[in-house]
Amino acid sequence: MDQQHVVIILPHPDDEAFGCSGTILEYRKNNIPVTYLCGTLGEMGRNMGSPFFANRETLPEIRKKELQDACKALDIDLQMLGYRDKTLEFEDRGEVAEHLKSILEDIQPSLVITFYPGHAVHPDHDAMGAAAIKAVERMDPDHRPEVWAKAITHNRHEMLGEPDVVNDVKDQFEDKMKVIEAHRSQAEGMLSKFRNSPEFGDMDSEGMKMLRYEEFYKWDFNS
Amino acid sequence: MERIEIDGVQEALERFAHKDVYIHLETTNGAYARHFDSNAYNVGAFIRNAQVRYTQAKIVGHESYRIGLKTENGWIYAEGLTDWEIDKHDRLLMAGHDVEGRLMVSLEISETPFD
Repeated sequence: MDQQHVVIILPHPDDEAFGCSGTILEYRKNNIPVTYLCGTLGEMGRNMGSPFFANRETLPEIRKKELQDACKALDIDLQMLGYRDKTLEFEDRGEVAEHLKSILEDIQPSLVITFYPGHAVHPDHDAMGAAAIKAVERMDPDHRPEVWAKAITHNRHEMLGEPDVVNDVKDQFEDKMKVIEAHRSQAEGMLSKFRNSPEFGDMDSEGMKMLRYEEFYKWDFNS
Repeated sequence: MERIEIDGVQEALERFAHKDVYIHLETTNGAYARHFDSNAYNVGAFIRNAQVRYTQAKIVGHESYRIGLKTENGWIYAEGLTDWEIDKHDRLLMAGHDVEGRLMVSLEISETPFD
């Protein structure tokens, strides 16, 4: 918990909610500032609400509002980076890294949380994580923040070993659910199913464990 | 969006014929298809703001619809469309959704570029 400022770098509105909102809530309880650099507006998402209320052209504005609401619930600063959903991996990685580096040098965080490239399932996740790590790598080693990388592949433990950080966010669980719910167009269908499942409420069921334990790998810049 | 009403869509398609229009055409099964089912494949394609001029347009089907637009040099085709609307910018938006409301396919036509 010993951080000065935490920066979250993820590509889609709602990535923060599922992956690390419990951890963020804990930092905010301890008055540690958190800034979210959100890569895109999830313009190409296929969830349109359930029953659907968005369409391809209204989705960006809807998700932007949901993102702002989620950040309000998390009590964190938000910067939207303005990339386009599904295209991050085709951008020049060096340019994206420079963009991120300029923001990081301004904020001077002690910790950056992003996706683990190659273990993040969605191409935008992998690309955002790779650019974030490149950005930190290009910083002056004396002023580099730590990087915690989020892996979500099924075989992550097999391939990468046990995660270095496992936060049990049980005490933040209700607030974490509120952050997820803020992303109404994306989460509503899934959540209503989950809330009605026998797993919900059983803190040790597989579905609950996925939300309860937030895992991260510490990135090693020397290897 | 509303469930497709075939005469309404046919009329709208004809309004955009013989004009330079912008097309958004897309199909997707999501970025997590393989993550949730190891036998599945992630498949998708989109083209945004392709400028075309079509001379003939037709919608065919019931419940779920196909649309073909005949251009000077070829065709534009979409299958699985279920819902439509004319939005406040006078664009024709059409999409096909699965039972959970997720977009599977979309075809949109506009006289001005999409954002």
